[in-house]
Amino acid sequence: MDDLLAARLQMAFSLGFHIVFACIGMVMPFFMSVAHFFWLRTKNVVYRDVTKAWSKGVAIFFATGAVSGTVLSFELGLLWPRFMEHAGPIFGMPFSLEGTAFFIEAIALGFYLYGWNRLHPWFHWATGVVVGISGLLSGILVVAANAWMNSPAGFDYVDGQYLNIDPIKAMFNDAWFSQALHMSVAAFVSTGFAVAGVHALMILKGKNIGFHSKAFKIAAIFGTVAACLQPISGDISAKDVAKRQPEKLAAMEAHFHTERNAPLIIGGIPDTANKKVDYAIKIPGLLSFMATGDFNGEVQGLDRVPKADQPPVAITHYAFQIMVGLGMVMVLIALLYFTALVRKKKWLNSRWLLKLFVIATPLGFIALEAGWTVTEVGRQPWIIRGVMRTADAVTPMPGIAYSFYLFTAVYISLSVIVAVLLFRQITMVDELYDSQSNLKD
Amino acid sequence: MIYVVIVFLWMAILLYILLGGADFGAGIIELFTTKANKAKTRRTMYKAIGPIWEANHMWLIIAIVILFVGFPKIYTTISVYLHIPLVCMLLGIIARGTAFVFRNYDAVKDDMQKVYTPIFVYSSLITPFFLGVIAASSVSGQIDPLANDFISAYVFSWLSWFSVAVGIFTVSICGFLATIFIIGQTEEGGDRTHFIEKAKRAIFVVMGCGALVFVAAYFDGIPLTTWILGDTPGLIAITAASLSLIAMFYALNHNKPILLRLLAGFQVSMILFAATYSHFPDIVLLKNGDNLSLLAHQGQAKTILSLGYALLIGSLFILPALVYLIYIFQKRKDATA
Ligand code: HDD
Ligand code: HEM
Ligand code: HEM
Repeated sequence: MDDLLAARLQMAFSLGFHIVFACIGMVMPFFMSVAHFFWLRTKNVVYRDVTKAWSKGVAIFFATGAVSGTVLSFELGLLWPRFMEHAGPIFGMPFSLEGTAFFIEAIALGFYLYGWNRLHPWFHWATGVVVGISGLLSGILVVAANAWMNSPAGFDYVDGQYLNIDPIKAMFNDAWFSQALHMSVAAFVSTGFAVAGVHALMILKGKNIGFHSKAFKIAAIFGTVAACLQPISGDISAKDVAKRQPEKLAAMEAHFHTERNAPLIIGGIPDTANKKVDYAIKIPGLLSFMATGDFNGEVQGLDRVPKADQPPVAITHYAFQIMVGLGMVMVLIALLYFTALVRKKKWLNSRWLLKLFVIATPLGFIALEAGWTVTEVGRQPWIIRGVMRTADAVTPMPGIAYSFYLFTAVYISLSVIVAVLLFRQITMVDELYDSQSNLKD
Repeated sequence: MIYVVIVFLWMAILLYILLGGADFGAGIIELFTTKANKAKTRRTMYKAIGPIWEANHMWLIIAIVILFVGFPKIYTTISVYLHIPLVCMLLGIIARGTAFVFRNYDAVKDDMQKVYTPIFVYSSLITPFFLGVIAASSVSGQIDPLANDFISAYVFSWLSWFSVAVGIFTVSICGFLATIFIIGQTEEGGDRTHFIEKAKRAIFVVMGCGALVFVAAYFDGIPLTTWILGDTPGLIAITAASLSLIAMFYALNHNKPILLRLLAGFQVSMILFAATYSHFPDIVLLKNGDNLSLLAHQGQAKTILSLGYALLIGSLFILPALVYLIYIFQKRKDATA
């Protein structure tokens, strides 16, 4: 494996790993605060139990998120020193603000986890909310940094020099808003569905039903509402990409030829050599409409992009299809769930609805990883679009493949261990958190 | 503004060594504790460190962010040539962080603890060791940007007697910090006496390891004595640190835990001061003499300005909250978590 490929794969693995923990770490505190709010209001102990159980989850994910994030901040230099040498001072602003956000998050979490019975109840509750808000802020900031790579701003690039650096302009680049919005909603979708799925499974197994039903409802409402917002935000993203990175949109849609009234392509196998897509469903005009707001708008194809600057089509296209497809599946589940809540209360107790949520447990996270694949692979061959190529950014140190194997092994074992740990938390629910079932004994 | 940024960088490193060091030290002294006392040490340490654990290693991240935003050339040079020890340190950080979490948050208390504990203990040893190696290699002119084979560029940039000795010294400092810290957490009487004895032994270990650093520097031809003792501020710092040892023995014998912590903090900051002051503003020394300086290799003016403001505004939020957090949990350390 050559060093460039190894470095890219290592980066992708590390980020793909980190993002799962980061999302859960930034969304779970909101779930927890809602449960905590109900506990303070209703004094129903089940809510307190749910809060405590979730706060343990938050602690586990926060710590693993923090560790994997620390690794990332080194990896940027270990793998991409030539990129960081120039990019650091330009896109560093969000990272330095993010430091503050993380810090506040960590401090608030300290208050929250160790504050039961020591702090004023509502102050204690508020520290939990602060954990969530600062987590969300750090997510938005770091995505603004990534958006800068897609849409570089805040400097003049003259003869290989980076002049007139303006970190504030760099932070508020053209892509930051659409990406940060889409990412934040995605975090709620994926965490909501994952948490709801786990609790649905426990209900189906007949364990601590009182406890798990309350937990399920909170997570499911967050997840489903976010799922319905996601296509709207995705549409904003798509229009944005069409303007700022037409080659990425072309790769996402496997759109080889520039044309008006361009069809939306669903599924299919892109054939790069012959510049066509086999076995696809085509909806005439829809791509033009999505990208430009006009069925007759012109959509740039890959033919407008020099060969050397074209992103890989197949990966980007498949990843995009996976993201959108799963997004639509989740919207359907959300609509069923709303119907159940408003009209058909008896569906709420039916097994098929719970089973549906169990099946959907991983869907959000799969969509999330697919979405990142679209963004990152669709930016290739650039690391800073139009300014620096990924191949020119990689470290001069040979043998990165070994580092890749090493980190892959570490991440795989970590994932297994975290999964086991969570499983153990969940199986201990009756003993540790469910005061009601203890009372019954 | 550049000086504001440099002060923040220095403080972040110092706080990481002090707070993070005490935390690593907890794992290290577990390794050197008899079986009977292990559980006690662990419980006391956890109670002390638990609430601020998440915040501790943030200092390292702050330092890294300051480096890559404000001094990118320095960050990238270290990342390229010290790739291998950095990876070792990262593996230590990963293993340590996860083992800590699992030890404390695993819901089922069973044999798995036997798995987590050794991981925790050994990674507590590895991480500060490589931290010391990295620090020593950057300031001692071992990095060779002109090297054109793998071994001299990526291995001998950090592998030397001196670096290894500084690594061991860092480990000993962490152990020392942890024993001092833990004294204040124990009740008067039996436990405290036990840890006071430990602290005295730790002081001698640190002095021994310190001497080792000078010996290693001599063998590697590094003019450490001239660097540290050659200019007045460095000399004063080292003298002050040594003199405060006397006060330390007084505090140990007269049971003054707060004074002890202050003294330990003072000594470590003096050592760091002496080590960094001698070359200031250079911070990474290269074999060919092209040293990297915090002043000459700073980022463009606007970057430094906004970085400085971000740090100042950030600390306005963070410091009061952090102090309050520590205050609350020190005040009622007996309450259960
Ligand atoms: C739960 C996850 C999830 C779901 C259901 C969707 N997305 Fe998404 N998408 C992401 C998670 C995501 C992401 C991982 O969060 C990305 C990667 C970068 C980013 O900002 O968001 C992303 C990127 C991304 C991009 C590229 C943005 C860029 O490069 O700036 C577009 C055009 C879309 N999405 C469009 C959609 C559409 C039309 C969806 C319709 C249902 C959709 N996404 C559902
Ligand atoms: C601030 C946020 C991010 C930064 C600064 C960043 C930076 C980078 C860098 C430097 C690379 C290597 C160059 C390349 O191949 O493009 C990369 C690649 C990659 N990143 Fe990101 N990234 C960010 C967010 C993410 C996230 C959250 C993910 C997702 C899970 C992700 C997924 C990937 C993938 C899949 C690649 C490999 C691309 C390829 O092999 O073609 N990135 N990213
Ligand atoms: C190159 C990319 C990235 C770097 C260098 C990075 C860095 C970090 C660091 C250093 C931490 C630990 C902070 C702590 O100790 O609390 C962290 C945690 C976190 N990161 Fe990342 N990160 C990256 C990508 C992302 C992305 C794309 C997101 C997107 C949402 C994200 C969201 C978070 C969040 C929310 C946390 C807090 C941990 C938690 O609450 O569980 N990070 N990250």
